[in-house]
Amino acid sequence: MKTIQTYHRAKTLAEAYELNQKKTSTILGGMMWLNMSGGRIGTAIDLCELGLNTITETEEEISIGAMTTLRQLETSPILAAYTGGAMAEAVKDIVGVQFRNMATLGGSLWGRFGFSDLLTLFLPLDSSVELFHGGILPLSEFAEKPYDRDILVRLILKKTPVKMAYSTVRTQKTDFPALNCSVVLANGALRAAVGARPDRAVLVTLPQMPESAAAFGKMLAEAVPMGSNLRGSAAYRTHLAAVLGERCFARLTAPQKEEV
Amino acid sequence: MEITLTLNGRTVTASISPDLLLIDFLRDHGCLSVKRGCESEVCGLCTVLMDGQPILSCSMLTARAAGHSIYTLEGLQAEAQEFVGFIADQGADQCGFCNPGFVMNTIALLRENPDPTDDEIRAFLAGNLCRCSGYEGQLRGIRSFLNTRNAKKEENA
Repeated sequence: MKTIQTYHRAKTLAEAYELNQKKTSTILGGMMWLNMSGGRIGTAIDLCELGLNTITETEEEISIGAMTTLRQLETSPILAAYTGGAMAEAVKDIVGVQFRNMATLGGSLWGRFGFSDLLTLFLPLDSSVELFHGGILPLSEFAEKPYDRDILVRLILKKTPVKMAYSTVRTQKTDFPALNCSVVLANGALRAAVGARPDRAVLVTLPQMPESAAAFGKMLAEAVPMGSNLRGSAAYRTHLAAVLGERCFARLTAPQKEEV
Repeated sequence: MEITLTLNGRTVTASISPDLLLIDFLRDHGCLSVKRGCESEVCGLCTVLMDGQPILSCSMLTARAAGHSIYTLEGLQAEAQEFVGFIADQGADQCGFCNPGFVMNTIALLRENPDPTDDEIRAFLAGNLCRCSGYEGQLRGIRSFLNTRNAKKEENA
């Protein structure tokens, strides 16, 4: 387990940023890696009093604070309505309710973990992040950036009308994903992200609508480079990408059920 | 560092090290229902309620819990007694090690959703692992409790 020399609840983001410039400092997220990683933290900086645990919306955008928990994302009516249920679908199998009450959006996105369900979910949307020092930049650009000592403040989703679908395969239900896939249909164009490859999620933009769900799955599988780890080989993941892509596409293009 | 929190309804002030985990703080304060299991945040043995929400005390710094309300099974025995007998009747408390975590999370479930479906019970309790039972016993016990409670409500209506 990590040891901590000093714990500090930041009063402002500026104070947190200043403290975080020391290499021995760490910003605390949900602390889900505390037990499983070693080493020493000089100053553990807690953002829990900065009001970053809220989901708000205006006519143009949805703003999600970095300290918002996965459970808040899962149960948010704002996100349920905008994503058509894909938000809850993406996080509902992450360990358990207790874990999701602690793990944060900021922790998942900042880590840019290969297995992140959130990075995969949000990448194809018109999404950007606000960094305290670096300002606002597209999530796709942030996902490529090397780690630095900035602070992730919030995620911004532009409320472009979309249909979206999310699908994942896990060896066991509450395990890390072997592969995850998010597909968004906006303004007649398809954007998809595939994550847990096992590397970081990548964004795929298709120049034209495929003729069928199977064709879309095939295109996605061919477009995304895969690797191997304990959860699956590259060949298995390529196969999964075609299946998940096909499923997502089929959901997006299925006729709407009429309300009774 | 000095912290103050509310533990099972009582205000507790203590001097702690910055990296003291909440599970160790709670056990040091007599709450031995809170158990250490996997130490990888997946088993749910150490579940407690922080401001009414179930969390894993093995991953929570006591420093972050300062100023919040923490409940362990020691403080919620009356609420637990409503349904634990039904779980025991199904033999689902076999070795008993995972029970406090299951019970705490079941309390959280029933507060949030007083009449859950079987799928909702399974989904909410997915973060509580049990090596003995195969989970069907817990499900049958909770279902049996809900059916009995609902039947009593109908009789009294």
